[in-house]
Amino acid sequence: MHVAIIGNGVTGVSAAIRIRQLQPDWKITMISGESDYHYSRPALMYIFMGHMRYQDTKPYENSFWELNKIDLLRDWVTEIDTQNKQLKLHKNSSLNFDKLLIATGSKSNKFGWPGQDLDGVQGLYDLMDLKLLYENCKGAKNAVIVGGGLIGVEFAEMLHSRNIHPTFLVREKSYWNNVLPKEESEMVNKLIRKQGLGLKLETELKEIVDNGNGRVKGVITDKDEFIDCEVVGLTAGVSPNIDLAKESSINTGKGILVDWGFRTNETDIFAAGDCAEIIKEGEERNLLQQVWYTGKMQGKVAGESISGLENTTYDPGIWYNSAKFLDLEYQTYGMIMPKAKDSEEHLFWEHENNLHAIRIVTENGSVTGINVMGLRYKHKVCESWIREKRSLEYVFDNLKEANFDPEFYTRFEEDIIRKFKKEQAA
Amino acid sequence: MINAKTLDYSFDEESEGFGEPPKAEKAESRFGEKFFLAIVAFGVLAFVVQLLGAPFKGTWFGFLLAFIPIIIGTPIYFFIHYNDTEAGIKNDNVYFGSISAGGILGWLAGIFLIGFYVFLYWKPEYLSGGIEIVDPLARALSGGPANQWFLYGFFYTVLVLVFGIRMFMKYRHNRYQIIRTSSVMFFQFGLAFVIPNLLKALNQPEFYFTYFWPLKYEYLFPGTVSKFVSHPEGLGIFFIFWGAMMTFIAIPVLTYFYGKRWYCSWVCGCGGLAETFGDPWRQLSDKSTKAWKIERWSIHSVLVFVTVTTVLLWANSATGGQIFGEASSTLKRWYGFVIGAMFAGVIGVGFYPILGNRPWCRFGCPMAAILGLIQKYYSRFRITTNGGQCMSCGNCSTYCEMGIDVRKYAQKGENIIRASCVGCGVCAAVCPRGVLKLENGKTHKDRYEGSDKPVSAFIDSIKHFP
Ligand SMILES: Cc1cc2nc3c(=O)[nH]c(=O)nc-3n(C[C@H](O)[C@H](O)[C@H](O)COP(=O)(O)OP(=O)(O)OC[C@H]3O[C@@H](n4cnc5c(N)ncnc54)[C@H](O)[C@@H]3O)c2cc1C
Ligand code: SF4
Ligand code: SF4
Repeated sequence: MHVAIIGNGVTGVSAAIRIRQLQPDWKITMISGESDYHYSRPALMYIFMGHMRYQDTKPYENSFWELNKIDLLRDWVTEIDTQNKQLKLHKNSSLNFDKLLIATGSKSNKFGWPGQDLDGVQGLYDLMDLKLLYENCKGAKNAVIVGGGLIGVEFAEMLHSRNIHPTFLVREKSYWNNVLPKEESEMVNKLIRKQGLGLKLETELKEIVDNGNGRVKGVITDKDEFIDCEVVGLTAGVSPNIDLAKESSINTGKGILVDWGFRTNETDIFAAGDCAEIIKEGEERNLLQQVWYTGKMQGKVAGESISGLENTTYDPGIWYNSAKFLDLEYQTYGMIMPKAKDSEEHLFWEHENNLHAIRIVTENGSVTGINVMGLRYKHKVCESWIREKRSLEYVFDNLKEANFDPEFYTRFEEDIIRKFKKEQAA
Repeated sequence: MINAKTLDYSFDEESEGFGEPPKAEKAESRFGEKFFLAIVAFGVLAFVVQLLGAPFKGTWFGFLLAFIPIIIGTPIYFFIHYNDTEAGIKNDNVYFGSISAGGILGWLAGIFLIGFYVFLYWKPEYLSGGIEIVDPLARALSGGPANQWFLYGFFYTVLVLVFGIRMFMKYRHNRYQIIRTSSVMFFQFGLAFVIPNLLKALNQPEFYFTYFWPLKYEYLFPGTVSKFVSHPEGLGIFFIFWGAMMTFIAIPVLTYFYGKRWYCSWVCGCGGLAETFGDPWRQLSDKSTKAWKIERWSIHSVLVFVTVTTVLLWANSATGGQIFGEASSTLKRWYGFVIGAMFAGVIGVGFYPILGNRPWCRFGCPMAAILGLIQKYYSRFRITTNGGQCMSCGNCSTYCEMGIDVRKYAQKGENIIRASCVGCGVCAAVCPRGVLKLENGKTHKDRYEGSDKPVSAFIDSIKHFP
């Protein structure tokens, strides 16, 4: 049995490792055109800033792959022939498979802005983008980052470390407030400004201006303001990379359509991770998850499906995520919408130094979400509160236990509980 | 269709790497930094001038002329340097600097340090100029003239203090790092520099309260013990008692409760230097499984070596030299040469800029070996990981000075329980997702599968060694 995996990101790797555990004798080939070995995509910024070398971002030693008999192939897949179970490759001729996993990840969004294909305009997703950024930074002094999100802030931090001044153009009223509630989002605004980065809210990109040689010289905003810059970062989100599937007989929507075992409409062809869209029968919206840990979990379940465990199904569990806005750490547990629903109660505490905050959301008396900024909380504890639908009293009684800050750090739990209790009494 | 540019992409990231990106000129002036660097340079110059024979060598004037600018200028330089950026982890440019990334300057720094140690141990006469410069201080503190060991102790302490202040600035947002650094600065300055010299002034044997067997192996050698016992002023007996108590009681008890960090990154002078002066090189430690294998062989061999030497010396002295004759003292000399001088000094510090800041602690120190065994099998200390938050970026592994591949455990959500972990807490400090936490648990039993049965876990590991 030969399993081919397109993509050596966290999804492909998690699947390969799981298949190897379950099927010691199957042949596994993992293909990627981006890099020889798996590396950590979220670590891209640290290579650029000099915190790590490229090789330090590889989660496994090179010998790991040989040891586990996972064959690696550096090439681009140009076509999936579902009929003959064959992949067409760019450098090599072709590869036959018995089973296939598509784990091709995402692509940076481009919204058809005038000038978006000029030199100096780029997204930040892969090693190609990283390499390009080295080129684009030559002689650059100013940059514009279009769209404020998690990748945008990393992009800005990278440029800033090279003394290139970034300015964000953010369509919303406040940074990433289509995801973050108002207060958290404002903390990020303040921090961005405090560190000397430019932030233009409620501002959209109208046009990227050519310097006459096909290279960017600035942008024009919807307020007709011209901003000088040599680099434009497009970080207005990512979309599933479904190019290959779209040209084949595999069904796609926003992503590659799969069931809860990551099976596509074609037998023996699976898709998982950023590129997959899980069909939610009877619901309006399907499930698209485009973060690291979901790739890891989806890859594992896909590996089980591929290995022949018929009944394995994906359980997304309670949503969580974490990120860092410059120096501000952020963790979220459960679903917290930017605007409180009528049925929800939001409790929010923020330290006067704007560096620490917590939000606890309840619905019908039980906890449904927790946000922390500049504080570390225990994933397992927060998750269990939400899963077990704990009451606020219970959470207050155990809040200290959830703290995960390093030893000797000031603890704010007493302040937090005092404030929340007072608000509740009122 | 994949676009043609992507299809053409053929960069060899493995062998070429990415290197340093272009940098724009910064508009602000860095006057303050430059000014205080110049002050430090002035101090160094004053030192060199005296080495070359300036007439005020050996006077207080000469001493202060060199060291006031160095001791005051360096911390202010660090202050200004770090104050320029917001508090938080800023490892920007670490891998672009020639000194910090093991480039030519790094090698030169290494050669310089190695040269110093070679002179120190085997050709102290080459250091006579420096010894003379610090002589006034030696006389004031210990009542006697300076020798190479005084010079060494002085340099060592200055480095710990000055670079300790750098740590305060770099980790000013992190109270664990600040308290820990204060602790190593205190122990180095007070207990490893001032007190031993004062003891000398008071006509007592020179004694270091923060070192004991097996790191300070002589303290349990029969020769030292009898020398202390026979010392007329009486404190000698207390010293032996102290040393033995630390070795046999403090080590197991404190390590059970707090892990080996109570010593290695809070008290020990070797650790103190590594955690301050050595901090800029921590990322250079080798993280490979192969290095781990070598480490386990070498550190446990040294432990066996020092234990055998000690036992033989005692057997020999008990029998009045009948069993081994000269053999045990030859062993002692070899231990002193190979381990005490070559390994702990020349390799241990000289190779900071090449092997990272703890080559001795990782590959050689028999004390670390014992503490490590206790930490691994019978301690409450652990580093816990925060559920599924790890995104495998590698910062933790990169900045672990002991070469532990922290990420390997973190990405699986496992506790990190490694004999070599000195509990410096830097992995937890650099993790951008807050995944790691150093903890003293309520028991040793819940750290990993089998940790409730330390003896069988230990025997099991010997069967699978390394
Ligand atoms: C800058 C950045 C920062 C991020 N930070 C975080 C974070 O902090 N936390 C978090 O949870 N998530 C983060 N993410 C998101 C996270 O990296 C992704 O969710 C995750 O990498 C998805 O994994 P994947 O394996 O599904 O896809 P990918 O990692 O995208 O892997 C897909 C692979 O397939 C290859 N491929 C695609 N098409 C072909 C083809 N035709 N032929 C051959 N190979 C092909 C690609 O080159 C790529 O190597 C970040 C993403 C970026 C870009
Ligand atoms: S630094 Fe944190 S997120 Fe990165 S690999 Fe280590 S534990 Fe994981
Ligand atoms: S594992 Fe962490 S605490 Fe232990 S030595 Fe390494 S960096 Fe320090």
